[in-house]
Amino acid sequence: MRTRRLSPGFLFAAPALFVLTVFFFGPVCAAFVMSLTDFDIYALASLHNLRFVGFANYLDLLQTPLFWRAFANTCYFAFVGAPLSIAVSLIAAMALNVPAVRLKSLHRTALFAPYVASLVAAAVVWRYLLGSGGAFDEILHAIGLPAVDWLGDPRWSMPAIILFAVWKNFGYNMLILLAALQNVPQDLYDAARVDGAGPWMRFHHVTVPGIAPSLWLVALLTTAGYFQIFAEPYVMTQGGPAQSTVTLLYFMYQDGFKWWNLGHASATAFILFAVLVGLSLLRPRTREGVA
Amino acid sequence: MKSRRAILAELFLTAASLMALFPLAWMVSVSLMPPHDAVGFPPPLWPSHPTLANYRELFAHQNMGRYVLNSLIVASLATVLSLAFNVAAGYAFAKLRFAGRDRIFRGLLAALIIPGQLSMLPLFFLMKELGLLNSYGGVVVPFMASLFGIFLVRQYALGLPDEMLQAARVDGASEVQIFLKIVLPNLRPIMVTLGVFTFLSAWNDFLWPLIVLSHDQLYTLPLAVASLSREHVQDSAMVMAGAVVTTAPVLVLFLALQRHYVRGLLAGSVKG
Repeated sequence: MRTRRLSPGFLFAAPALFVLTVFFFGPVCAAFVMSLTDFDIYALASLHNLRFVGFANYLDLLQTPLFWRAFANTCYFAFVGAPLSIAVSLIAAMALNVPAVRLKSLHRTALFAPYVASLVAAAVVWRYLLGSGGAFDEILHAIGLPAVDWLGDPRWSMPAIILFAVWKNFGYNMLILLAALQNVPQDLYDAARVDGAGPWMRFHHVTVPGIAPSLWLVALLTTAGYFQIFAEPYVMTQGGPAQSTVTLLYFMYQDGFKWWNLGHASATAFILFAVLVGLSLLRPRTREGVA
Repeated sequence: MKSRRAILAELFLTAASLMALFPLAWMVSVSLMPPHDAVGFPPPLWPSHPTLANYRELFAHQNMGRYVLNSLIVASLATVLSLAFNVAAGYAFAKLRFAGRDRIFRGLLAALIIPGQLSMLPLFFLMKELGLLNSYGGVVVPFMASLFGIFLVRQYALGLPDEMLQAARVDGASEVQIFLKIVLPNLRPIMVTLGVFTFLSAWNDFLWPLIVLSHDQLYTLPLAVASLSREHVQDSAMVMAGAVVTTAPVLVLFLALQRHYVRGLLAGSVKG
């Protein structure tokens, strides 16, 4: 047991740690180094063409209008989409948590199905749904509103993608919040009711505090996840119209794998990482084991 | 007697379930339309004469069989590798002592915040050097060992009774024998969970295969459907059939193993 390097525990963990080091931690460190170089298609051919440029890529990005556009679009998607999606998750979870509701497991499965469906396939379907004369136009028409060119109008393209993302993702948080709701003791509700608290008061003073740790966690993870949006604009809008749906990762992908500015693209990836680290600092310090 | 609250909740859930399922049902419906039915953009709600012509076209002329095979190979390979690496490591972090274990584990926990995309640009270069671009191996590399997988297994393995392992050691069993004969059978539930999770994420993965695969012979289903939808926008019925072929297998797998999947999902949310 005390033979340091060959203890069985280390041998069991070593393969996974080796793989993680070579294929994850190593590349992450390399990405940082890469972001400090002018790694491009010439360096891809031969590393002799590589030059160290310090923080020039970062400074250059800060002066690239499309980068700021991508940053703003990503923030729009994350800060509007994530709260909306969590609100839908919470409402659905609360409805599923009402006693005496029939067919709960059927509803739960139906509401979760979009989350399991392949993102790309679902985005393709939604492109048709949102297209001119699609189901959304029919609905608007039925309630007497003018048709909207969802994916063709720069003002509506991001709301359309948010709508899609909410539909696709809310089931995941719904299950997590439902588990949290089920842990709120029923006595607290009964006591509040005896004290004459209405539905809104009970929600505000019993439900929200009861699920607060989970709610925080869900909010942070969802926002962080939404910052990593890529496939939706890739499939539904190709970043358009008028660059209204270019996101940070879409920008990074184009920059890196279309124009082969790998150094530049790595810098974008690290700025995204910095945002995520910043978000994680918002998490309230909870006691060990809670949430 | 039913409260007004329950009735309201039921109404809401029914409406929400219909909205959640509508795009999926519509996808199936359009995929069954004869080509001339679906020429409108987008096409009507229901097929006048349901047909499997689009599926025949996909498999006969659009190479769909190959894409299904690619996806099956990639997702299965990812699942097997992920189980091999993560189960051993998760068990070791839970139940075996070795130098630096807790420090390493805390490091892994902190690393959870690193987005996978951060590694992708250098990883692409590494794949190129290793000759793994345009190969199944290149696609599954990020799935081999995962922080999530290690945590998931560790969490479950913590619950294995120490006495059971100790008794086997006293009987003279080697650590490998204990792992194979005692630990693995007891970890089976969490292995199913991790397996389903890995299979679904490898099946649905998009960005990394898009980067690694440029030969369309090797495309997985999401890549194939994305390119199909770019090249055949007008042929919506066929594109929908492609979307059905991509989505149906994972939905069926999910329905069959729902309980395991949801347990993994809840366990994953405990650690942020």
